[in-house]
Amino acid sequence: MPANGAPTKITQGSQTRGGIGESTLRPDSTLKVTGEFAYSSDMWHEDMLWGQILRSTVAHAEIVSIDTSEALAMPGVHAVMTYDDLPTEVRRYGLEIQDTPVLAHGKVRHHGEPVAIVAADHPETARRAAAKIKVEYKELPVITDEASATAPDAILVHENRDDHHIGHVPHPNIVHRQPIVRGNADEAAGRADFVVRGEYSFGMQDQAFLGPESGLAVPEEDGGVHLYIATQWLHSDLRQMAPVLGLPEDKIRMTLAGVGGAFGGREDLSMQIHACLLALRTGKPVKIVYNRFESFFGHVHRHPAKLTYEHGATKDGRLTHVKCRIVLDGGAYASASPAVVGNASSLGIGPYEVDDVDIEAIALYTNNPPCGAMRGFGAVQACFAYEAQMDKLADAVGMDRVEFRQLNAMSQGTIMPTGQPVDSPAPVAELLRRVKAMPMPPERQWESSEGADVRQLPGGLSNTTHGEGVVRGVGYAVGIKNVGFSEGFDDYSTAKVRMEVLAGEPVATVHTAMAEVGQGGVTVHAQIARTELGVAQVTIHPADTQVGSAGSTSASRQTYVTGGAVKNACELVREQVLEIGRRKFGSYHPAWATAELLLEGGKVVTDGGEVLADLVDVLEDEAVEIEAEWRHRPTEPFDLRTGQGNGHVQYSFAAHRAVVEVDTELGLVKVIELACAQDVGKALNPLSVVGQIQGGTTQGLGVAVMEEIVVDPRTAKVKNPSFTDYLIPTILDTPTIPVDVLELADEHAPYGLRGIGEAPTLSSTPAVLAAIRNATGLELPRTPVRPEHLTGQA
Amino acid sequence: MDFLRPASWEEALAAKAEHPTAVPIAGGTDVMVEINFDHRRPEYLLDLNRIGDLYEWEVGEESVRLGASVPYTRIMENLRAELPGLALASHTVASPQIRNRGGVGGNLGTASPAGDAHPALLAAGAEVEVESVRGSRRIPIDEFYTGVKRNALAADELIRAVHVKKADGPQQFSKVGTRNAMVIAVCAFGIALHPETRTVRTGIGSAAPTPVRARAAEEFLDAALEEGGFWDNGKIITPSVAKQFAELCSAACNPIDDVRGTASYRRHAVGVMARRTLTWTWESYRGTRRTSEGAA
Amino acid sequence: MRVNFTVNGRPQEADDVWEGESLLYVLRERLGLPGSKNACEQGECGSCTVRLDGVPVCSCLVAAGQVQGREVVTVEGLADYAKQRAEGGCATGACGSAGTSLDEAKGWQAKGDSQTGEGGELSPIQQAFMDAGAVQCGFCTPGLLVAADEMLERNPNPTDADIREALSGNLCRCTGYEKIMDAVRLAAARQSEGV
Repeated sequence: MPANGAPTKITQGSQTRGGIGESTLRPDSTLKVTGEFAYSSDMWHEDMLWGQILRSTVAHAEIVSIDTSEALAMPGVHAVMTYDDLPTEVRRYGLEIQDTPVLAHGKVRHHGEPVAIVAADHPETARRAAAKIKVEYKELPVITDEASATAPDAILVHENRDDHHIGHVPHPNIVHRQPIVRGNADEAAGRADFVVRGEYSFGMQDQAFLGPESGLAVPEEDGGVHLYIATQWLHSDLRQMAPVLGLPEDKIRMTLAGVGGAFGGREDLSMQIHACLLALRTGKPVKIVYNRFESFFGHVHRHPAKLTYEHGATKDGRLTHVKCRIVLDGGAYASASPAVVGNASSLGIGPYEVDDVDIEAIALYTNNPPCGAMRGFGAVQACFAYEAQMDKLADAVGMDRVEFRQLNAMSQGTIMPTGQPVDSPAPVAELLRRVKAMPMPPERQWESSEGADVRQLPGGLSNTTHGEGVVRGVGYAVGIKNVGFSEGFDDYSTAKVRMEVLAGEPVATVHTAMAEVGQGGVTVHAQIARTELGVAQVTIHPADTQVGSAGSTSASRQTYVTGGAVKNACELVREQVLEIGRRKFGSYHPAWATAELLLEGGKVVTDGGEVLADLVDVLEDEAVEIEAEWRHRPTEPFDLRTGQGNGHVQYSFAAHRAVVEVDTELGLVKVIELACAQDVGKALNPLSVVGQIQGGTTQGLGVAVMEEIVVDPRTAKVKNPSFTDYLIPTILDTPTIPVDVLELADEHAPYGLRGIGEAPTLSSTPAVLAAIRNATGLELPRTPVRPEHLTGQA
Repeated sequence: MDFLRPASWEEALAAKAEHPTAVPIAGGTDVMVEINFDHRRPEYLLDLNRIGDLYEWEVGEESVRLGASVPYTRIMENLRAELPGLALASHTVASPQIRNRGGVGGNLGTASPAGDAHPALLAAGAEVEVESVRGSRRIPIDEFYTGVKRNALAADELIRAVHVKKADGPQQFSKVGTRNAMVIAVCAFGIALHPETRTVRTGIGSAAPTPVRARAAEEFLDAALEEGGFWDNGKIITPSVAKQFAELCSAACNPIDDVRGTASYRRHAVGVMARRTLTWTWESYRGTRRTSEGAA
Repeated sequence: MRVNFTVNGRPQEADDVWEGESLLYVLRERLGLPGSKNACEQGECGSCTVRLDGVPVCSCLVAAGQVQGREVVTVEGLADYAKQRAEGGCATGACGSAGTSLDEAKGWQAKGDSQTGEGGELSPIQQAFMDAGAVQCGFCTPGLLVAADEMLERNPNPTDADIREALSGNLCRCTGYEKIMDAVRLAAARQSEGV
């Protein structure tokens, strides 16, 4: 049963151009501009049913009873399922810790937890049926912060934990704890002429990808199921789904449907298992599409954090020591919390050289919404705090804020707090220099002959100022992010590459399970294949589980790791193609045996440029196809006591300069410009690189001035699950974003490239905050900053 | 759910009389959100899109008769001279797409304290023309808002038009939101100078259970302007007068803390907007006064 | 209920429509036109923007019953719509001098082949979105295209502030809007130079 709107094969062709380093266009962009690109919510099937999820209306409660009889009796309803209807004894899942119930059992631990699922012939029928399910709750006190989580009489969010972190955490309501200790921070503090301390807090940010969670599960004749889904990692979903569905992995076929953004929010499962359960139960295809309200409950968010820092420096501006404690709120389920703790701690002092550090990071279990992966992943929260500290300390020392950073900037050879040496370029001081050297935007751009153009002023169209109260401020920040999965994780990707002659042309087909979520991986794969195989025509096969895992589209890793896998597979294919060539034509020219051979412009050429054969003649009717795994350098776990270990693969650096105008009386902010300088190692596609940097920068801007999921501390309920009250930047909130791209090759990475997706999200937020502090003179220890914070009316 | 599609105003009134629980839908920018998010399941939807009369406006001697469904975009583009305050407020409504659909009738029908049109209507002075099969009446805008999301409409009545007084002096509108576009008001303020009657009127949005006027502030300012001969001498308004006006506007608020802002901020911001918009309108009044004197 | 209306120039009929359904749902789920996107369903993102009797609106907030007898243009019909407009000459009478010259605008244009994939003829704004790199995940793209195309019809030589205002009802989460600005500038420049 093929589903309508199934992902289409994308073919891209050019003459001889289109290899790496060029700004080739996205192979999927024609479909995307004509509306034909099939996203997960566009899937459609004859006779399909609509799934609906009933979610908890309270954050923490015992479930006394669930009565589904009325819902089941409704015409048009095909199935209603609760925990008791699950097919196997495996009823929990999770990325690392299997603590998340497929459907609530006995207890709900956060607002919006799935309790029951319904399939019906129309979404409205499904909604009405879900509303008829009677759930009786007995409410429990809510755990919402460190104090309530670790109080002596605290209720345990998870009783009987048996995960691998329970042995080293100080309290069962702490998911994971990672200290990182190097040198002796207390002793070094004695050498400090200046010490600054600060307590910072970071609000809960939402990924707010525009394509809500959705998918279509189609039952297959062999008793299995085919899921068309928007996700970041097909094989991770599969691994979590199979035991719960009671099916072997080969009976679950997964095809990547179009993904409307992800940013970490699709790393965990959402409706995958629910749709498959309903499809298997009813024998009919089931589509589930969250609306925006449900989407806010359907995925994890960025961890809110409380961060306490102490920094010291000598009179001449050298950092003496850093102590910090980072408390991340993981919410009700673990999700990626342990890895977020690893990042927050290991990157907790930023891109600076400090020998004596004392770091601790923990993630809590609470009854707040579950938190997990979001672009920047633990490094974002830390960067917000350490960059505020660096400004404070520069001021205390009496140095220019940028020069102070440059003086203490890490570089190649620096030893990280984890003891790991930085063994590739780390141009932190240079990025700061570049971003500072960019021309400043002119003052008072809002002035025109016809008076003030409010669109260019704080408040925008709302017409709150014509220049009154407006003060300009400038701020700088720089950050460090790890690339790839760290701490000993076996991080690999698989690529299958095929080369054959079709219609008289040599054509390469690249097949991976990489989730294209908008980042442009498909563009880059085609470029790599052209560069390595010398063909114009490259077909990108739809991503599915018919090929090995490509790992997650996260951690800035896809171009590096799946790109590396495609490069590797291409090289293996090339070897085989050359082997065929040697067999066929080797006797005609000695260079077949002696020269370095390349594939270029559809031909086999020597490194001297001599053409030996046409690929069409080499291959004839033969196809060469190779599927191979590729790994980056292995990493090690951090020591649980000292945090020492070569935990990271690669680092990524970006610096920002923010120029803001603040209406100091009303507390409204207009960001005028957010300039960014970033080292990308090698820009495989310069246009996409700049697009990633500008997009990441804007997400950092959002959490600086507007984005926050507000949770009621008394009830742990979400107060703003909508785009009316969870605000993300519009085009009128987003400034020009000039980007300066630096390319210093990392010799350990394919083509010398550096993962780039996340770094710009880090330094954008503290740069904007620094600029607002500069304009207002306020301390502003929390983000997002709201008008009431800027006007003393909080 | 039933979808009623009256082809004329009379049919709409008859339908509303027969089904008083029917929810009128014009631009749909409030009603459809509630339906999409499952917050509301009306028994009847009463579609007003086919009643052309609701999309028309008429500029009269004294006032503009503005059809309930005239989209905000039309108001911005066509009534800037006659209804400058409302035109400014219209420009702050949500997004271009919403301004193409929504009209003042919807703001009045929903009667949310955050509706952008209210402060402008209060400041300009307006009457809401409502009608049922029983007959037509005009409700003064000051008596229209009766509670949080409640208004003076009877169950069988529909809003047909708003009669807004034509501007006889400068008007301004200002709204605070936490985003520079497409944002619901944290609070809003409207002001209209009425040189003909030598009065000033105000309107405050989102800072009390209903949209309100700052009457004490208006009375204070009317008296201060009269006393100082400002209407005649066209002097710059004394900072202390502007300050006290702003404080009285803040005092007219009765706001709450919510996810969009604190009560304390709302009071503060209304004061700032009151002071700024008073300055803008008064400077504009002085400017036009000088121009007309120069011409004479 | 039954709803008859015109979509992209073709008469359409939708049957058994639930009265609470939006135009967006009818387009996507009943008429096989999923190009208009379901990102927020509350009029706060613009991804579902279509033209209703020529006017850009959020199709999620139009009740299905309200489109009876009316004309809708979606992203799927945008290329034809733009073509017809071009053939009709300068519909707005506002085709004056350029805000941005084509040479200037070409600075934003990506190198490489423009025409990729298997699409048919594109409208200038669609082509410009591809060329300028304004598409990432693409979920906001259809709504932005409809809104931007309508703005260029009204205002062929927009300033940057005009573009930002006209597109302020369309959220994008991937691009940071810079490449979208580039795309609209590029389309405006090409349009005014008749490319």
